This record gives sequence, C-alpha cells and structure tokens, in this order.
Amino acid sequence: MKKLLFILISLIATTEVMAAGGGSYIGEKVQSNIRSVDSLRNGAKTYMNYCMGCHSMDYQRYNRVAQDLNLTEDEMMNGLVLTDAKFADKMTIAMTKEQSAAWFNKAVAPDLTVIAKARGVDWLYNFLINFYADPTRPSGWNNLTFENASMPHILWELQGIRTAHFETHTDEEGNEHKEFKNFETVEAGTLSEQAYKDLATDLVNFLDYSSEPAQLIRMSYAPWVLLFVAVFTFLAYLLKVNYFRDIH
Amino acid sequence: MGKIASSSSTGGLGGWINARLPVTQFYKDHLSEYYAPKNFNFWYFFGSLALLVLVNQILTGIWLTMHYKPDAAQAFGMVEYIMRDVPWGWLIRYLHTTGASAFFIVIYFHMFRGLLYGSYKKPRELVWIIGMVIYLALMAEAFLGYVLPWGNMSYWGAKVITQLFGAVPWVGDSLVEWVRGDYLISDATLNRFFALHVVALPLAIVALVVLHIAALHTVGSNNPEGIEIKKHKDENGKPLDGIPFHPYYTVKDIFGVGMFLLIFLFIVFVKPDMGGLFLEHDNYVPANPAVTPEHIKPVWYFTPFYAMLRAVPDMQMGALIMALAIVVLFFLPWLDRSPVKSIRYRRWPFKVMLSLFAVAFVILGWLGMQGATELYKLMAQVLTAFYFFYFIWLFLYSRNEKYHEVPERIEDH
Amino acid sequence: MTDNVNKSRRTLLLSTGAVGVVGAGFAAVPFLKSWLPSERAKAAGGPVKADISKVEPGQMLNVLWRGQPVFLVNRTKQQTDVLESLNDKLKDPESESSIQPDYVNNIFRSRKDNFLVVVGICTHLGCSPKYYPDLVPQQFDAEWKGGFFCPCHSSRFDISGRVFSGSPASRNLDVPPYTFLDENTIEIGNDGEQA
Repeated sequence: MKKLLFILISLIATTEVMAAGGGSYIGEKVQSNIRSVDSLRNGAKTYMNYCMGCHSMDYQRYNRVAQDLNLTEDEMMNGLVLTDAKFADKMTIAMTKEQSAAWFNKAVAPDLTVIAKARGVDWLYNFLINFYADPTRPSGWNNLTFENASMPHILWELQGIRTAHFETHTDEEGNEHKEFKNFETVEAGTLSEQAYKDLATDLVNFLDYSSEPAQLIRMSYAPWVLLFVAVFTFLAYLLKVNYFRDIH
Repeated sequence: MGKIASSSSTGGLGGWINARLPVTQFYKDHLSEYYAPKNFNFWYFFGSLALLVLVNQILTGIWLTMHYKPDAAQAFGMVEYIMRDVPWGWLIRYLHTTGASAFFIVIYFHMFRGLLYGSYKKPRELVWIIGMVIYLALMAEAFLGYVLPWGNMSYWGAKVITQLFGAVPWVGDSLVEWVRGDYLISDATLNRFFALHVVALPLAIVALVVLHIAALHTVGSNNPEGIEIKKHKDENGKPLDGIPFHPYYTVKDIFGVGMFLLIFLFIVFVKPDMGGLFLEHDNYVPANPAVTPEHIKPVWYFTPFYAMLRAVPDMQMGALIMALAIVVLFFLPWLDRSPVKSIRYRRWPFKVMLSLFAVAFVILGWLGMQGATELYKLMAQVLTAFYFFYFIWLFLYSRNEKYHEVPERIEDH
Repeated sequence: MTDNVNKSRRTLLLSTGAVGVVGAGFAAVPFLKSWLPSERAKAAGGPVKADISKVEPGQMLNVLWRGQPVFLVNRTKQQTDVLESLNDKLKDPESESSIQPDYVNNIFRSRKDNFLVVVGICTHLGCSPKYYPDLVPQQFDAEWKGGFFCPCHSSRFDISGRVFSGSPASRNLDVPPYTFLDENTIEIGNDGEQA
C-alpha cells in the first residue's frame, strides 16, 4: 500500500513538471466567441494576410466564408482575398509540398482547415502568443507551446521580439528539467500586448469556425430540435401512463 | 404459433394475402399476442433502443456512401466534403458517428441487464449467445467504420489492430499481409474495409438480430424478478403475468425512444465530438504513415479490452487474454450454475461481486484511454485478473449458492 | 376501463401520433435535401467565360456549361433577316413557352441582335442538334433558311433556336442566362445583374 501511494505521489509530481517544462505550454485560455461576426472577420483578414502565404484551407470555400461572415462577393474577393481566385473556389495556395519542404527545413506547412479540431483552440492561441527569439533554431525562433517548431514568427512585427528565460531544476534522480520563467521584450512590436492578444484571439476564432462551419447552423437548431423532442416525449409519457393504468 | 389457418381473417384482400403470406399471424405472434412480463423496468428499454440505433446507422450509412469515396488519396477530403459541401451532410455524418457510440452505450446497458436478471440462463442460452455474436460483429463493424475517414488515428488504429493477426502462431505475418492486401495499411486496405463495413457486416448484423429476436420470442422474455411467466397461464393459454407487447410495450418503448432522442440529439447538435471521446482530435489530421499520434488509443468502447491487451507484457499473450475476455462471456450460461435468475433473489456476495465486476470494467475502460504509465499498467493488470477471477468465482460459488425464495407469481408493486 | 380513460387515450394517441409524424417529416428533410447539388457541383456549374473575338460571322462556337453544350453563334445579317418570314411555320414564334431570361424576349432571342446563345440540347429527348448555317435546300427541308437540325428525331430549329411545326420537339431551344463582360468576352450562367 505504501509503495502504491509513493508511486501515485511521484506520478502526480512528474506530470506537473512535464506540463511546466515540456512542449505544450498552455499559459492562458482563449476567450473567443464564435458568434461574433466582427471577430471572425478580423480573423479571416489576418489569415488571408499572414497565414495564407503558406497555409492552405483546402476544404473551405470563399463563398461559404463570405456567406457566414455576412460579406458580399465584392467585399470578400476584393477586400480580403489577395489572389485572383474565384468566389466559389476553395482556399488553396500555390505553394506545393515540395516547395514548402525546401524552404522550411523539410517541414511542410500543414493545411489549417480543421486544425482547430486537431489541436484545440487554447493550444492554437498559446502557440500564437508564445513565440520567442532563439538563435539556436534554424528559423531564429522557438515556441513555448510547440517546442522546436519549424515555423518562424510570422507576426513578429506586430508582437515584437522577445526572448525567454528558463530555470533549470535537478530532481532527486538527477534529471534536469527546464522550467519557463518569463519573457523579456527586446524590441517592441507595432501592437500593444493586449491588441496583439486580441488579434490572436480573432485568428483562433476564425480557425475554430473554419474547422466546422456547420457549428453555427447546428447550434441555432439545437434548442428547437430538443424542445420538439421534449414535447413528443412528454406526450408519449402521458400515453404510456394511460395505457399502464390497465395493468394490475 | 402454428395456428395459421384458424386465427387469420379469411375474407377480402387481407384474407387473400394471409392465405399466401401469414402477415396477420406474424403480427400477432410478435406484437399483439406476444406476451411479455408486466414488470419490465428501465433496463428493458435498451433492446428496442438498440434496434432504433441500428436503423439509424443503416439509414445514415446509406446516405453517407452516396457522398463518400473509399480512396486513400481522397477519403479524408470526402469527409470534409460531406461536412461542408453536401447539403445537410454534417447532420447525416454526426447522426452516424454519434450513433456508433450510442450503439455501444445501449448494448452495454442491454448486456448488463442480462447479467443483473440472469437473462442468459436456461432456456435463453441461445438468445445470449446470438447476442454475443452480434456484439462481436458490432465491434468489427465499428472498427472498420473508424478507418474510413482516413485520419491519422484511423490509419494507426488500423495498423495496430491488423498487427494483432500477427499473434497467430506460424502464419501470423502472412496473415497480416493478407488482411491488409499490401505491405502496409494502404488504399487496398481502405477499399476492402469499406466493402466489409457497408455491405458484409451490416447484412450479417441484420440477420443476427432477426435470429436474436426469433430465439427470444420462442422462449419468451425474462424480467426483473426472473420468474417464468409461462408457468401460470389462464384457460386461453395466456400467461397470467404477461401483457401483450403491443400496445403496452410499444407505447412504453416510444416513450423510451423520446428520452433517448433527447440525449442523443443533444450530443449530435451541441457536442458531437464529446470533447474528443466520440470523434478524436488526432483523427482530424490526415493519415500519415510517417508520423504516429502521441497516444494511440481506440475509441472509448474498445478501451476496456485495449487496457487488458496492454496490461500483458507479451504481444501474443496480450492478444490471447483480450480474446479470452470476450470468449468467456459466451460461456456465461454454464458458468453461472445458480437456479435463481434475478439479482433480487440472490444474496450479498453476488451483489457485491457483480458490482465490482462492473466497476472493474469501467475503470479498465478509463485506463485504456490513458497513457501507459507504470501505475496504470499495474492497475490494469490487477483489474484484468479480477475480470477473469469473477467468472471463476461465479462458477465455484454458484454451485451451492444460498438464495432467497423466488415467488411463483409476479407481485404488484 | 371507463369512458374517460378511453377518451383521453384517444386524444393522447392522436396528439402523440401527430407530433411523431411531423417529427418524421422534419427528419426526412435533411436526407432529401442532401441529394441537391452540393457546393462542389455548384462551383463546377458556375459561370463559364468564353472569348468570342475569334468567332467570325456565320460561325458557331460550342462551349460546355454545367456539362451541356452551349452554342454561341455570330449570325450574319442574311441569317437574321429571314426570322420574321418564318413565323407562320413555327410552333411558338413569340417564344412564349420557352425557357429563357426576360432580356432575350425579342425576335432575335438574344442580347445582341447578331449574337445567339442557346443551350445545344434538343428539347425533345436531349440529343445535340447540328448547325446548318447556309440558306440552301437540305435533304430534310427543301426551304431551309439556316438553323439547327437534330439527327436523332429530325427536329428542326431556325437560326434563333425556334422549333418548326412538324418537329417532335415541342419547345424552342433554351437560352441560358448570360452577359457580355466586354466586347470580346461572354459569361454564361451569369445574368450580369449583380457583381
């Protein structure tokens, strides 16, 4: 029993250390609202301007985004989209996997249509706000949430340049653990810290929307469907009670 | 049963049809004059619910095949095509994916009902055994279906499960290749899995369900008291404690359907991923033979058996243990030697042990979802041992089990 | 069982049944609607642009729109001059029962007098008619004034796609929505009203 208890305690201890020093740091949760059309529009704009150079959305169509974000064809294709794509086209990019691999040290920039389903919105948000300069990396950048990511900090002009400080602990077994302490701003960005976080929130919100455009419809139907079934169930209950009065 | 000529109507179109196909007699035998015990409780909803979910899976499944192509290069995109481009495709797909999990929830409740009230015992051994075959077919069906979206978890799940065929002595490696139709999980694998998932297994499951119900209606339904209602009949041969299935249990089951739909549709419309439980995060990454997901784990309904597989350090032994865990259930009618069916008339040792068995199964399921740490592995080993111990204990204990006297008739409550 | 129970049972049966039937109706909608053209099909069936600068007078260009041939004919003055005179021989000279946009409701059945745009599918059984531009006697019609002839069942259409009496086809050739983006470019499938 004592041994079991010891295992249990050390287990909890190790998982906590892992969470702090490992590669999936989640410092704060994202406060996004999928129903905010303004936020989604901002996110779409950021996506088109900064992300779509490398990251396609192979399953998403421009006209669907415009429809869900209350944009006209003109606002969408002339205001947001930088290429000469057609309105009904999918949001594909010209860069091939081979080019991507050649330019980014063998990494292929993934398609981001359903990335929010795969990674979760909190992870994406933290990934976007936790870049820091790291001269040991080929790109010059590293990330607290996704350690040794091959993606450079595309938004650095907005957020500024920061370095990260770590503390190294040595546990009882002699293993070293790196623990994140804080960031230090080297060069300020064009956006304030809060404005940058808002931009990241909107971008994550747009990615969340993109991962399942139907969620807007789905949510709006939910109360009515459930209300209808509840009425049916209530009637069926009364009917069942009525019939079972026969049974003694 | 068997009185076709005397009880069918003879005139009109109905008579004409009945003389050639005994529709009226069939309706009587299985609905209006099928006498079920009057004391069915909550646990008895799950049989009809399983049927409802089966119909849902078949309907939505047929509609999904209209928009899907089993092509390794396209499959992942086909799912997103259904989710975005096909009108209402998202709803049809979510009904199917949520239906898969709902099927297992319903079936697990349905099986546990059998354990509670001894529904597997004489004369219902075949009902139980056919039911177990359905459960096996359902597991195969669910696994094959899980491969079709061609996400990374589909891919690696298929790889791990087909690898289990390698545990077969001597021919293992060639068997794995034969199942995959390639040296790896590939387009050929996807294509045959699709054929099995949409044609072969559904046919088998529907046929088995017909047999399951036919066997049940031959011997009659058990009930929470575990009393045979056929022992006491009135002068017309109707069981005194039975009521016609239709209308009494049809209206009751319709109420059950309503309750089920409330929960089911809530999940479909509000939380179809169930936080990664019903639709896993890693399956939103396209299949990639070069990158293994961090935690390979099956969907929740397989995790108890997966935990058992992992608990054993040897692959062949692990596969054997996992197979035995299911095989042993087939023998339950003969492992439980007590003459009493229902838990209501059995004493505390059985009640405690059955509860522990259920808890062990649930914890095993939870463990199967976690990363394999030493402690979890230890827990899984203990619980796996207990899982098998339960059946040994039951076999020995039930031989001279002390029990409460079972009444002759179902009392009013 | 008392009459009261009977009556309330009837009411409950009817109301539960009615709600159930309505629910089944709702449930059928997604399944039926999923057969409608998907967004992919709509994108593939979107407007088609064609360059018409190379279509000389008297010539025809055949472009595909939604998988159907669309005939773009640059008609000569000689061809269009006979239109008025054919009215008596036609089933529907005013194109009252044809499928066509409002902006082609004229004798030329076109936006520009000389330029004809019709779906090249016979309104009889769906064959594609052949273009016989010259005003010379043909095997199938000794007084041929130029137009389209369907080899499947000998339906005859004039140079505006109007069907001649005595043809198995009952309706004039359909005119798709189209617009001229500029002097040399036509877009089929777009009315040109918005964007």
